[in-house]
Amino acid sequence: MTTTPLAARAGRAWWRVPPRHVPVLATLALLLVMYSIGVSQYRAFSNIQVVFNVFIDNGFLLVVAVGMTFVILTGGIDLSVGSVVAMTAMVSASLLGDGLHPALVLLIALLLGPALGFAMGCVIHFFDIQPFIVTLAGMFFARGMCTWISTTSIPITDGFWTTAAQHRIHLGENFVSISVLIALAVLAIGAAVLAYTRLGRNVYAIGGNQQSALLMGLPVGRTKIAVYTISGLCSAIGGILLSFYTLSGAPLIAVGMELDVIAAVVIGGTLLTGGSGYVFGTLLGVLVLSIIQTLITFDGTLNSWWTKIVIGGLLFVFILLQRLVGIRTK
Amino acid sequence: MSTARARLTGVTGHRLFWPLVVLVLLLVANVIYRPSFLSVELKDGHLYGSLVDIVRLSAPLILVALGMSLVIATGGIDLSVGAVAAVSGAVACLYISKQPDQNSLAVVLTAVALGFGVALLLGAWNGILVAGIGIQPIIATLILMVAGRGLAQLIAEGQIITINSDPYKVIGVGHLLTLPFAIVIALAVTLLVAVLTRRTALGMIIESVGGNAEASRLAGIRSRRITFLVYVVSAACAAIAGFMMTANVSSADGNAVGLWVELDAILAVVIGGTALAGGRFYLGGSVIGALLIQTLTTSVYAMNIDPQTSLLFKAVVVIVVCLIQAPAFRARFRRRRSVPVTPVEPVGTEKEQVPA
Repeated sequence: MTTTPLAARAGRAWWRVPPRHVPVLATLALLLVMYSIGVSQYRAFSNIQVVFNVFIDNGFLLVVAVGMTFVILTGGIDLSVGSVVAMTAMVSASLLGDGLHPALVLLIALLLGPALGFAMGCVIHFFDIQPFIVTLAGMFFARGMCTWISTTSIPITDGFWTTAAQHRIHLGENFVSISVLIALAVLAIGAAVLAYTRLGRNVYAIGGNQQSALLMGLPVGRTKIAVYTISGLCSAIGGILLSFYTLSGAPLIAVGMELDVIAAVVIGGTLLTGGSGYVFGTLLGVLVLSIIQTLITFDGTLNSWWTKIVIGGLLFVFILLQRLVGIRTK
Repeated sequence: MSTARARLTGVTGHRLFWPLVVLVLLLVANVIYRPSFLSVELKDGHLYGSLVDIVRLSAPLILVALGMSLVIATGGIDLSVGAVAAVSGAVACLYISKQPDQNSLAVVLTAVALGFGVALLLGAWNGILVAGIGIQPIIATLILMVAGRGLAQLIAEGQIITINSDPYKVIGVGHLLTLPFAIVIALAVTLLVAVLTRRTALGMIIESVGGNAEASRLAGIRSRRITFLVYVVSAACAAIAGFMMTANVSSADGNAVGLWVELDAILAVVIGGTALAGGRFYLGGSVIGALLIQTLTTSVYAMNIDPQTSLLFKAVVVIVVCLIQAPAFRARFRRRRSVPVTPVEPVGTEKEQVPA
């Protein structure tokens, strides 16, 4: 009874998943466990609307996290996302307040983020300065722009914005907002670009080994600039969604959001060293973070600081897991 | 002629030249705005003046930047310093607030020791993750950066702990030998770290670990132990900074203490000429970097510009300093210098904006 090694490997494959899938599967399992805990503890939790609310409340986070996944897959990092989200919301609110046409406002808001991302990508590539520092400067810059525009919150009363914010898309007895559809569309496009396009392959190749990618003749510089531009675009879209959600622009909104986003991407199984991870994992990561918040809200006796501690604990567990299943860490 | 030029290039090529130029420009801008800026006076045996204030306010940042320099020298990064400062400040303030006699020196010393102990534990946690388990520093410390703030709030039960303790207040606003006490502490720690790393082999060992940890290990250096140690030292520095920040306002706010200090500290270290890749560190540069950042912040306040806008100026300064120090940028600049049009014009104008 001899089997070929290949057959033996294939025979084992149904339960022995490839190591690079372990973190994503672990996140999925965690999500299911947390959801079951919620359902078993609180009656109202089983309402499908709870799930929809998670998407409604965190659509902008999801969009920004998709952009961050691109950057982290190349082995970079983008600390500016939270500030760019705030800047986009501020610019939109301020321009709408000036009576500009909403379509024009949308265009301007959606151009600013990618422009800043492009500029940061260029500095990172052409002057070979660490992404960490460049995007840190970008973060300061965008946050400074917010307060330069206004130090107080600007309400949005524009008809298009309020319609986009309040319109409910009914699915049976439940509903989602327009933002959710936009967020899911961005997610789908992001996943498709990474999986099926040349750009996506280049992103993975650069994250895997930049030297090899360069020697293979891949457009390393162009790809690196592209991912920061994509991240800027996603942050801009996220900013628009956030301004739909809050119907205002505030200078201190989304402070520390970059950390939530990085945490979501890491919990979603993407390696911070780059080269391995999926947009689907990022979706799961965002869902895990938002389910934690939902659980803590439902509990009512726990305070919001527990969210941070739990997220920190989860980060630790997932990083340890990534280390244990032996995927390349450095 | 050629030697003068060579000497000039030697000076402008020094890693501290441009940070110092920016620092001087900032000070000059302040003097232009308010001529009394440079005056320092002696009142009741204490030194007072804007310059003294700037140095006093930069004391926490200097401390954090010192620890960060060592961590970055080993090729790591410590994102958790702000959270550690918040936790140790909260522990110390909580202990003091629970005592009947808050003005007792023994109480304050115990509180500081407790906060310091907790900080050492947190530093050891970072050290174990990085040196023991081998997790990338940026992620390992990200954990504590996120969870630490929650921890600080947990200790304070979500409240802002206010205390009324004169001996504790001294750490932030007291005086010793005419100098503000905070400056004395920062100076003492700087000297201690400088002596330990530059008068013993420790500094070289740290740099060698940062250059190549594996090669250092093979050369007989306990590289893991060194890596572990720098995170503990960094947390210890952050704890002292945390005491200063909480003593300054006689209260501990888990959310606000040391917010963004990790980013400022990294900036200070980078401005000081230490590369994020590790292998080299310049303590003097980090101190000047910290002074530069604090001067910038204080100037923005002094000129009645909205404090939050200081971020805009910070961004410009960071990019200018980093660009000037980047080898790739310098190479470009040098290549084009033969062309009559000076290509650094945009950078020059950007720098002009800083004082404006």
